[in-house]
Amino acid sequence: MALSKRQKAQYLRYSVYTFSCLVLVALALFVDWNRLAGAMFRWDIVVKQFPDILTKAAKNTLIFTVMGFAGGLALGLLFALMRLSKIRAYRWFAATYIEVFRGIPLVVTLLILGFGIPIAFQWSWPNPYLRGAVPLALVAGAYIAETIRAGIEAVPKGQMEAARSLGMGYPRAMVTIIIPQALRIIIPPLTNELVLLIKDTSLISILGVTSGTIDITRFGRDGVNTTANATPLIVAGLVYLAMTLPLTQLAALMERRAKAASR
Amino acid sequence: MTQAPVVSIRDLNKSFGDNHVLRGIDLDVERGEVVCIIGPSGSGKSTLLRCINMLETPSAGTITVLGNDLTDRDCDIDTARSKIGMVFQQFNLFPHMTALENICIAQRKVLKRSKADAEKIAKDLLARVGLNEKNNAYPGQLSGGQQQRVAIARALAMNPQVMLFDEATSALDPELIGEVLGVMKSLAEDGMTMLVVTHEMGFASNVASRVVFMDAGVIVEQGPAKQVITQPREERTRKFLTNVLER
Repeated sequence: MALSKRQKAQYLRYSVYTFSCLVLVALALFVDWNRLAGAMFRWDIVVKQFPDILTKAAKNTLIFTVMGFAGGLALGLLFALMRLSKIRAYRWFAATYIEVFRGIPLVVTLLILGFGIPIAFQWSWPNPYLRGAVPLALVAGAYIAETIRAGIEAVPKGQMEAARSLGMGYPRAMVTIIIPQALRIIIPPLTNELVLLIKDTSLISILGVTSGTIDITRFGRDGVNTTANATPLIVAGLVYLAMTLPLTQLAALMERRAKAASR
Repeated sequence: MTQAPVVSIRDLNKSFGDNHVLRGIDLDVERGEVVCIIGPSGSGKSTLLRCINMLETPSAGTITVLGNDLTDRDCDIDTARSKIGMVFQQFNLFPHMTALENICIAQRKVLKRSKADAEKIAKDLLARVGLNEKNNAYPGQLSGGQQQRVAIARALAMNPQVMLFDEATSALDPELIGEVLGVMKSLAEDGMTMLVVTHEMGFASNVASRVVFMDAGVIVEQGPAKQVITQPREERTRKFLTNVLER
């Protein structure tokens, strides 16, 4: 008997469910849960992570993120506008910036700006936060510039024409008409940038940290070293999630609002 | 004393790459005139209109509006544009602003009117185009005809000396065309100087003081509306009108 398309899809679904259940059962039966819990979920170690992982590490991660994102947003807007400029020198400068900082791994940028430049110029960073946040902002700025440029280009051409035909100059039209619409369009990719940035702050610790600037990842690694147990890393992961999940939810809410407002 | 024309175009040429769209246009529009520009698609009529407020940069020739040569590189184009109202085929309302805000924004930012003055003018204009209930509606909540009437009000708020209509009814459902043409007709009756690119022959013959027929980048013929539409002199005009009116 030939199966209809709907029946075939139904059987496929049943077999996927069955297989998934079997995998779960196998995991439950064959994994040594006690050993796993001992290596990764020791409650006494979990408790020891607090409150420092929040009051010190998460606070620093947040500071690096906010500085990096604020700087990245400002640089991104500036370079996006330069990429769209009529003046060729601006376009080239912006394109070079974007290609350079997008093409070099963040770790390398961090090392060059954190160690290379200070050695070369006999200079030292005035503030340990700036030392980590500036490279972060420079790299984020390159990505955000491309995001903002795409958003500006996604605003229909007629919007600029209408604004100009009412006598607004180019900068005025950009600020009041085009950029507000572009920002609404890029809320989802911009949220993505922010989440990536939160996670990228974990790389700053390769520059070496003092107890004052320790971030969540370094805090977790130090915890592993002192306890010889993976639990601090699990806690660190959960703290990152506690930061990123509300953010993505908030962005989803803003996206719905923006859609509702312009419908 | 004879007044200078509101719009004066001399030997206007415009090319897009190899495509020579306007080939030597001369046109004067006097104060209070309603000039309808008709012609087949691709004849350059929209490009001509868009050149008049420099949304397209002419390749050659001069465009003088209210005594200012817009093709002069030192001309303050923003000030000149604020006196030229433009209505687009696609309305181009600002979707992130209410109808009222759409009409206020340029009054506030360009003419530096106070918020209260701008809102008073905006409300009066919305009433004039028959939309006094829609102050706080976003463009997405309005029909095409309503959006276009808001767009006309937005242009009028700047006290333009001349209004340009670029196929203002072409994107509308047939049953919504009338309400927009009605607003345009009442504007014409109030003495507004208007240049109207349109396919609405009824509007052209009833409202226009002059009809200009364009084809292949040149003005083929022009004259009083009734004469051009009912007794065209040129063969090309006759052919176009036969095609349009036979629909």
